[in-house]
Amino acid sequence: MEQIIFWCCGMLALIFSVLMILKRNPVHSALCLVVVLVVLAVLYVMLGAEFLAAVQVIVYAGAIMVLFLFVIMLLNIEEELHRPETSRWLIKAGGVAGVGMLLLFFISAGVFKAFSTAGMAGQPAAGISNSRAIAELLFTKYLLPFEVTSVLLLAAIVGAVILAGKKES
Amino acid sequence: MVATSQYLMLGALLFSVGVVGVFIRRNAIVIFMCIELMLNAVNLTFVALSRSMGQLDGQVFVFFIMTVAAAEAAVGLAIILTLFRRRHTLNVDEVNLLKW
Repeated sequence: MEQIIFWCCGMLALIFSVLMILKRNPVHSALCLVVVLVVLAVLYVMLGAEFLAAVQVIVYAGAIMVLFLFVIMLLNIEEELHRPETSRWLIKAGGVAGVGMLLLFFISAGVFKAFSTAGMAGQPAAGISNSRAIAELLFTKYLLPFEVTSVLLLAAIVGAVILAGKKES
Repeated sequence: MVATSQYLMLGALLFSVGVVGVFIRRNAIVIFMCIELMLNAVNLTFVALSRSMGQLDGQVFVFFIMTVAAAEAAVGLAIILTLFRRRHTLNVDEVNLLKW
């Protein structure tokens, strides 16, 4: 059963990610990416990361993709649709890079498979829910990075406002 | 039971699709989306390995990656917006100067 769900999700994610890079209209690309993100959320649930699945849907598929669609629609892209696309050698380079990357990852995955002895090395504390366990880790061991992240977000907000704010020179 | 290596393979495939996308597309927004796809592939790898090791640290890392991705999206899209206002193009091949 789990295998069936995994294969369905995997196929969906792959098909829509390929569609995403092939569609000429950026709006279609964005919608394909939303599908991929939601499918990844399903996989997170299967991996026992319910909190991350929720955050994935809310933050990624919700907030970030809405931001993308908003910007796409803010800029008028009609003229962009008829532009000539990439030069041929760049496509070839892309193919080579993709295949090389894939080979590299498959080799490392194979190495992992060969050397991993643990398999399912005991899920941490079965009684505690996933989000509670993450919260405990986040506010003890990773408290400093957590606080630094808030500064990063503030800097990003200020930067975005300064960059995109109206200042016609 | 789905093996960890299967998740790693899926993550690898998604990451490679993202890499190819960055190469073959010239639209700045789509390139940006491909980068998000690559980040997500890495997130999947993190979560899969976190389960395999039986530790939650990987999931905390994914949480941080998502936060950074949100910040990156905000700043990146602001840059793209400014770019389009000034140059009226989204084609990255036409944007080859840092200052004009």
